[in-house]
Amino acid sequence: MIVLKDVLALLEAELLTPKASPEAPCRGVFASDLMSDVLASAEAGSLLLTGLANAHVVSACSVADLAAVVFVQGKRPDPGVVAQALSRGLPLLATKLSMFEACSRIARFIEDGGHAGR
Amino acid sequence: MRDAEPAYRRWFLVRGGDFAKAGAAACEIKELLKELGFDAATIRRTAIVSYEAEMNVIMYAREARLDLTVTPGEVRLTVDDRGPGIPDVGMALSEGFSTATAEMRELGFGAGMGLPNIRRNADAFDIDTEVGRGTRLDIAIRPDGRAP
Repeated sequence: MIVLKDVLALLEAELLTPKASPEAPCRGVFASDLMSDVLASAEAGSLLLTGLANAHVVSACSVADLAAVVFVQGKRPDPGVVAQALSRGLPLLATKLSMFEACSRIARFIEDGGHAGR
Repeated sequence: MRDAEPAYRRWFLVRGGDFAKAGAAACEIKELLKELGFDAATIRRTAIVSYEAEMNVIMYAREARLDLTVTPGEVRLTVDDRGPGIPDVGMALSEGFSTATAEMRELGFGAGMGLPNIRRNADAFDIDTEVGRGTRLDIAIRPDGRAP
């Protein structure tokens, strides 16, 4: 498990939905640009890393009960998408890191039992 | 379990090409089932089925009526569309088979997981399709049913 504040620190990310709790837990991690795969394979409560930044990401993630979304590679959703996420209680984060680097950092953190030297 | 009177009935109109409204029915259904006190897994399965069905209509059909009927033991969704129909249902139910356009894929859809994912999340699944007329899905999700 990883909490939102760890994700923010590890990925040098910005929180786009300010009201989200920094202690919000993510029970798993899933990375994909395909919302079809999110709906088919992501487990409820997971963190999604994606390079897709449209309204379908928010809809698919709220439908599939995902915990939060990280937009990688400097992608940023429109204000309308952020507003939609706020209304559905879905935290959104943005990082400039590539998908690979973001996934690697999270994987190392999890492998080290949540105590990565950073 | 004997047939119970529906606790709730509601229908939604889904229009082909209306990508902006994708998931509108699924999100409403999710809130409704929460209010009716269903468990999280049942709500999630129903919302995923509804969302996938909506996307299929938006991507491929002209329009559809999505009917939700809720009884204490079952959530039933029927999706009746006016559209091109499916020439090969067996192929359409195979994971990864897709006739999606590049535009659909850019939106994050069209991975060929829609119908297989609907079937996987359903406790009962029936499809009736006619080329040139349309497709009808009949889906039941039961709170005590299998979780995918």
